[in-house]
Amino acid sequence: MNASRLLWAYLRARPLTTLLTVLLVALGIATVTVVTLATRQFEARLARDAVGIDLVVGAKGSPLQLVLAGVYHLDVPPGNLPYGAVADLRANRLVAQAIPLSLGDSFRGYRIVGTEPGYLALHGARLAQGAMYAAPMQAVIGAQVAADTGLSIGASFVGSHGLSPGGPEHGDDLYTVTGVLAATGGVIDRLVLTPLESVWLVHEGEPADEAERKVLEAEREVTVILLRYATPLAAASLPRAINADARLQAASPAFESARLFRLVGVGVDGLRAFGMLLLGLAALSVFVALFQALSDRRRELALMRLLGASPRRLFGLLVGEGLLLTAIGVVLGFAIGHGVLAGAGRWFSPRGEMPLTGLDFDTMQWVYTAGALLLGLAAAAIPAWLAARTPLARALSDD
Amino acid sequence: MLRAPSAPVSAAPVPDAGFRPPDDGGVALIDVVHAWRSETPLRLPSLSLPAGAHAVITGPSGCGKTTLLSLLAGLLPLRVGRITVAGQDYTALAAGGQKAVDRFRSQRIGLVPQQPMLFGVLDVLDNLLIAQHFADRPTDRPGALALLEQLGLGGLGHRRPRELSRGQQQRVALARALVNRPALILADEPTANLDDAHAAQALSLLRERSQALGATLLIATHDARVRDRFDIVFAMPPPGGASR
Repeated sequence: MNASRLLWAYLRARPLTTLLTVLLVALGIATVTVVTLATRQFEARLARDAVGIDLVVGAKGSPLQLVLAGVYHLDVPPGNLPYGAVADLRANRLVAQAIPLSLGDSFRGYRIVGTEPGYLALHGARLAQGAMYAAPMQAVIGAQVAADTGLSIGASFVGSHGLSPGGPEHGDDLYTVTGVLAATGGVIDRLVLTPLESVWLVHEGEPADEAERKVLEAEREVTVILLRYATPLAAASLPRAINADARLQAASPAFESARLFRLVGVGVDGLRAFGMLLLGLAALSVFVALFQALSDRRRELALMRLLGASPRRLFGLLVGEGLLLTAIGVVLGFAIGHGVLAGAGRWFSPRGEMPLTGLDFDTMQWVYTAGALLLGLAAAAIPAWLAARTPLARALSDD
Repeated sequence: MLRAPSAPVSAAPVPDAGFRPPDDGGVALIDVVHAWRSETPLRLPSLSLPAGAHAVITGPSGCGKTTLLSLLAGLLPLRVGRITVAGQDYTALAAGGQKAVDRFRSQRIGLVPQQPMLFGVLDVLDNLLIAQHFADRPTDRPGALALLEQLGLGGLGHRRPRELSRGQQQRVALARALVNRPALILADEPTANLDDAHAAQALSLLRERSQALGATLLIATHDARVRDRFDIVFAMPPPGGASR
C-alpha cells in the first residue's frame, strides 16, 4: 500500500471526469504533435528533393507552380521551352550543371520524365536491378513505381498523355523497362525515367524526309531545366538574366518553398493554436476536477491528517493526481499523434507524394511534454495548497 | 509509583494539587486550559490513567469531551497545562514541530472516530494498510488480515466500505485504530447510532483488543449503556459550570 494506489483509486472512482481531462490533454498533445511532425517531415522532404537544385528554369507562369512541377512533380508545368536553351545555359560561366526534364506523359499516374543520366546522379539514385537505359524508348523506373505497377525488367508499357491517370494512350509507342532503381525515399521513387529522345519520339511522329527532320529537331522542346550554380554569386545575376528572356522564367526552390510555407503556415499556426487551446482547457479541467475533489474529500483529507499524513503529503497527493492525469494524457496524446501520422501516411498518400510517418520524433515534443506537465502542476497547485491547509481539529468533530 | 494499574481510580477528576503523571507509560492530563479562538477558555479536569487501564469520560454534549480527546491525540495544540501519553510529554513533543506530533499520533495512538470515516475508494484491507503507510510503518498485509479475522471481518478484506453494514464499518474503523499497535486508544462516542446489541459488541471488542495490545483505552461518551460497564469514569462538568 502506498500513496500511488490511493491516487489510482481516486482516478478510477471518477471515470468520467478522469476520461474528460485525460482526453483533453491527449487531444491537445496529439494536435501539436501532428502539426509539428507533419510540418517537419514536409519541410525535410521538400528540402531533400531540392538538394543540388539552385534554380528551376521553365516557361513563363507562376514560379511556385514551376518549382512544384519541376522539382517535386506535384503540379503541372507552366509550359515548354526550346531545347536550345539548355545549350545556352550550359555555355554560361555561372552554371555548373544544367539538367533538362521533359514532362507531359505518365504511366498509371506516375510521371514519365525524359531526362539525362545526370538527373539520377542528382538524386543519388542507384540501380537495384537491370541496367541504365541505353536507347530511346527504354526506361528505368523508380522503386515505388516498380512495387506499385508490378513492372519488372524487360516489361513494356505504353505511356498515356497527361500527368493524371486515364489520359489517352500513346498508340503503340512501347517503352521497355531496363532497370529498377533502389528506393531513395525521395521523389525519384515515383518517376519513370527515359532519355529525352523518347518523349520527342512519342510526340513528333515519323519525319517524312531529311528536311522535315531538321525542322522537327529545331522545334524540340523541354519542360524544365534544373540548374546548379557554379558560384554563389550567380544567385545575384542569373535569375534576373533568365527572367529577362521573354520565353523563360527562373524560380528558386528554396525561395518558393519558403513562400509555400508562409502560405501554409497560417493554417499550421492555426492548428497549433488550437492544440494549445485544448491544452489550456485540459489545465482548466484538471483544476476543476481537483477543486471538486477538494470538497468531495474534505473528510478524507482530514482523515489523512489524523492518520499522520503531513500537510506537505496532502499537497503532494493532489499535485500527484494532477500530474498523473496530465501524464496519462501526454502518453495517450503521443500515441494518438503518432498513430494519426502513420495512418495518414498509409491511407491518404499511398504513393508517397506526401510521405508521413509516425516513426519520427522532434525535440519540440519534449517541450510540449514539459509544458503540459507544468500546466497540470499549475492547475493542481491551488487545490493542493487548499488541501494542505485542511485543519487537523476537524478530524474528530461532526461537521 | 503512585497507583497500581489494578487499583481503583477516583471516579471524579483528581485534585490538581500535587498531581503527578503515572510513571508507567499511562496517560495524564494536568491543569490543561484550552482556548479556541474567541470562545471562553475551557478548563479541563486533570486526570491520570495507568497504562493498560480502561476508562470512560462522560458528560453532556458540549462539555468538552471531544476537545479533551483531540488534545490527547495531538489534534489541537496544547497551550496551557501538561499532557503525557505513554511516557511522552506533549510540550516536549510539540517543540519538535507538527510533524513530530503527527508521527507520534499515527504510531502510538489509535483513534476511533464517531463516524467510521473510511476511504470509500479503497477496499477494507487497503483502509488498514494506508494507516500503516501514513504512519511511516512498513505495511503488514498478513497482520492486517489477521486483525480483520479477529474482529469478525474475515473474508471482507476486498469489499468496499459502502458494501458493509454500519456495524461492520465501525469495526473496520476499530481495526484501523489497532493496526499500528498503539499504546493509547481513544474512542469518540463509539456506540452512537448503534442498537444495544451492536453497542455491546463494539464495546466488548474495544476492551478485548485494547487488552490484547496492552493499550490504555479512553472512551468519550454520553451513553449510559457505556458508562455502566466501566469502573473508571471521569465525569466532565457541564458547560458553563464550575470548570470555567
